[in-house]
Amino acid sequence: MTAAPLHLAGHKLLLDPLGGAWWPEADTLIVADLHFEKGTAAARRGQLVPPWDTQATLDRLTLLLRRYHPGTVVALGDSFHDVHGPGRMAATDALRLRTMAEAHRFVWVLGNHDPTPPAGLPGLAVDTWEQHGLVFRHQAQQGAAPGELCGHHHPKASVETRAGRVTRACFVADQRRLMLPALGAYTGGLDVASHAIARLFPRGGRAFLLGQARLFSFSLGQMQHGAA
Amino acid sequence: MVDAAAAGESALLVAPTGGGKTLAGFLASLIDLAANPAPGLHTLYVSPLKALGTDVARNLSTPVEEMALPVTIETRSGDTPVNRRKRLKEAPPHILLTTPESLALLLSQEDAPTLFASLRAVVVDEVHALAGTKRGDQLALCLARLGTIAPRARRAGLSATVAHTQALLDYVGAGTPPRLIEQAEGAPPVLSILLPAERLPWSGHMGLTAASRILERIAAHQMTIVFVNTRAQGELMFQALWKINADTLPIAIHHGSLDIAQRRRVEAAMAAGKLRAVVATSSLDLGIDWGGVDQVIQVGAPKGVSRLVQRVGRANHRMDEASTALLVPANRFELLECEAAIEGVAAGEQDGAPPPPGGLDVLAQHLLLTAAAAPFHPDAMFAEVVRAAPYAGLTRPDFDDVLRFVEDGGYALAAYDRYSKLFRDAEGQVQIRGARTARQARMNIGTIVEAPLLKVRYGGRGGSLGEIEESFVTMMSPGDTFMFAGRLLSYQRIRETTLEVTDGGTGEPMVPAYAGSRQPLTTNLAARVRAMLHDPTTWTHYPEPVREWLEMQRDRSELPGEDDLLVEVFPRNGRWFLVAYCFEGRNAHQTLGMLLTRRMERFGYGPLGFVATDYVIAVWSASEPTDVAGLFEEDMLGDDLEAWMAESSMLRRTFRNVAVISGLVDRNQPGQERSRRQVTVNTDLIYDVLRRHQPDHVLLRATRADASGGLTDLGRVGGLLGRVAGRVRAVRLDRVSPLAVPVLLDIGKESVRTEEGMDAMLAETEALVAEAAGTLPTSEAPMRVHPVHRSNLAILQRKPRNRAPARASS
Repeated sequence: MTAAPLHLAGHKLLLDPLGGAWWPEADTLIVADLHFEKGTAAARRGQLVPPWDTQATLDRLTLLLRRYHPGTVVALGDSFHDVHGPGRMAATDALRLRTMAEAHRFVWVLGNHDPTPPAGLPGLAVDTWEQHGLVFRHQAQQGAAPGELCGHHHPKASVETRAGRVTRACFVADQRRLMLPALGAYTGGLDVASHAIARLFPRGGRAFLLGQARLFSFSLGQMQHGAA
Repeated sequence: MVDAAAAGESALLVAPTGGGKTLAGFLASLIDLAANPAPGLHTLYVSPLKALGTDVARNLSTPVEEMALPVTIETRSGDTPVNRRKRLKEAPPHILLTTPESLALLLSQEDAPTLFASLRAVVVDEVHALAGTKRGDQLALCLARLGTIAPRARRAGLSATVAHTQALLDYVGAGTPPRLIEQAEGAPPVLSILLPAERLPWSGHMGLTAASRILERIAAHQMTIVFVNTRAQGELMFQALWKINADTLPIAIHHGSLDIAQRRRVEAAMAAGKLRAVVATSSLDLGIDWGGVDQVIQVGAPKGVSRLVQRVGRANHRMDEASTALLVPANRFELLECEAAIEGVAAGEQDGAPPPPGGLDVLAQHLLLTAAAAPFHPDAMFAEVVRAAPYAGLTRPDFDDVLRFVEDGGYALAAYDRYSKLFRDAEGQVQIRGARTARQARMNIGTIVEAPLLKVRYGGRGGSLGEIEESFVTMMSPGDTFMFAGRLLSYQRIRETTLEVTDGGTGEPMVPAYAGSRQPLTTNLAARVRAMLHDPTTWTHYPEPVREWLEMQRDRSELPGEDDLLVEVFPRNGRWFLVAYCFEGRNAHQTLGMLLTRRMERFGYGPLGFVATDYVIAVWSASEPTDVAGLFEEDMLGDDLEAWMAESSMLRRTFRNVAVISGLVDRNQPGQERSRRQVTVNTDLIYDVLRRHQPDHVLLRATRADASGGLTDLGRVGGLLGRVAGRVRAVRLDRVSPLAVPVLLDIGKESVRTEEGMDAMLAETEALVAEAAGTLPTSEAPMRVHPVHRSNLAILQRKPRNRAPARASS
């Protein structure tokens, strides 16, 4: 496993192929869009998809926690798929998450799917979190000062290779901003070439596509335009 | 037919195309209705094509009006307007013409028993095209349902001649054996081969070099259907013909992605005799008879004898006249295949695989829809379902698993009790939970799952030209040129789910390729090709280059035998090549290639990659493969297979279809896509989670069953290994053999199919881009490459091939 270094507003971050960002200087792990209980949300609408998405997302989060032992974990919003998510969580999953939240300081940045703090979980719930000049938001702000970390859009990117098109979730970054991929097991994605993402990186930037053991880096200009 | 009907018996009429068999299916109904014109639905007609129903309605109206019969006839399909649907319920016609999907919808209504109570006959057209498909599975279940709610209705099946008549009898019978009525074959077709003016190419599948010859033949006949194997090939052939069409003969194009109105216009022009030729894919395999067609040209390998006979039957729909057809091979192996097909037709052979067991995903859909109409008891429903031929072998545990899946997802943790779609009442009857669930079920009817499509239309004005796969569009940028609907179009922009285009454009045009549109070579045809290769006396009438090619093979290597397996091993460019002449079709060869490379890895030969065609498989490696017989031992189908199947992207694609058909996720409804994105979960993600947590889940079982028959063709791999056990003939050569040249020319065209393979491709592209930009890659972590895709390493140094999308179909 190889994490890729990224410098953002004078801070060094390591982008992990699992989809989290590690900020060694602040002993902080950053993840985005966990979307816990998306499976049960779909089930409520009649799509009885396999119920283990929360478990799978927790497994990913556990790997990241074991890898970096962070003092602080910042979840960049949409941690739950909807406000009733915590209530639908299976007891074992709820216990795992609570144990994590007790062992690390969790900062729950609130998102559009989870506008209220997660019921019954330790940690700090905020709209925006700031630390050493870096600003953590769910949704990027157009024209924000350099040093913004955000989620929300679930970026993915397609690369045309010799053997066909390969599409993966990705980080997107320029000098000012880092957008994280969604960590949730059932979260799809929005193409980085779509207007909603591209307008946030007007002077271009790089996409770091998630691989099994490393990231694959491409400039946004090299990306195929996906049908949004 | 009428006799059987008078006796109340079901019957299957097997007749060559153009025998007037459709009307034969209705004769008994008309006689009965003339005698007893009671109100209520009397006869139901089901065909795979809406257009067939419309055509039959027209053809029936004439005799009905002439004889002044008091018989009402209506069609019903997905496009039937709401007011007519309402009328259908209030005053049903005597004869209703419909499709499997529309029948499923009618049966899912609560008033279905009332509507069908008076039913006396069900006519199923084109049974051979339905049996063995998922649409056929759905129809079989509906027929079994009709057997319960309308037990007095006899069934009449209409079919072209096929290899597996018994399977069709079972299909039509649905529990009671029907009478078989076989109509004699007409005059045997006159088949010959048409070669390009130039030398027959070594490889390639498009056959464009023969365009001028084809145009000459079109000019010499009244009306010609030029059949091709893929839509991409159709677009290219159409352009190639028009490029040289100095006399501007009216030549049209017809394929499944074109706008339906456009297709209807082409068909109408054919019927009116206004066209001289139509370039067509399988979209014209079925359908209305056109009397005016006097010539069929098949471009590219025919792939199967039955398929060829049905295509050839599109010409000269008169029993006493022979159809004439020309076969145009696109390469040398295809010439052999064409010759073999001509022999097969002359011998009156029929081929094609027998219909596989019914899909569990289709059963899941059916159970939910049936519950939407009325509660049922599981025991009674199981008894009904196994009367449908595709489900005759269904076990009760499998049935229960499917029912459990429909009920609450069937997950090991039973986490979804409170969201269940079905519940059981005190008497053990299965009931649907609420009107919303029933409505959702009806919205998701159907077993055809399209890849995400975009409409193609001119910007601002003009109607739709057809639909194109989203994945093709994502490879293009505004300003790019592509061929579609027989036109040269330029990409303007995407708006919602529409691709806006203008005419014309510059640069090399791309051609949309469509997934899964290629048929593998049938077993019988493959056996004939092997026999012909083995017997030099048959070569005398082959064209010079092909004869030379085979003679060279005989002198420099050996010829494949009739029932052994020739395997050549030779060095080339510092690598070792192993070429096996299996003739089992491309899908089986892909699977075999994966299994072989894994085994070669264990044998220490250092495999680097493989490529599969319909005829052969070639593997290349770092060291010489010495124990060739050991490589092909039958136990190859073991753990390697399991491991590979699980991570293969073919299974993901199959799972997506299974998930939609079974109702696990909702079908995309046009216009609703945006609002749905929030709740719809990507099926790839579901597959990963399900595979990890419940690998024996009924939907994964259904997926594996689908894949083993289709994309992986495991049956033929197993058959081959069994057949050649102890008969592997390894030949060590100093250089490439003549027969191996075509497959070596195909190297580099294969696509990656696993996550690891895709990682390798990403790494390669990243490195190439970085190299071109003069920067270093961001990471120096060693690359892991799946054995199947070692080819990627070997070709890393090369420049990327300029990838024309048309190639993706080959």
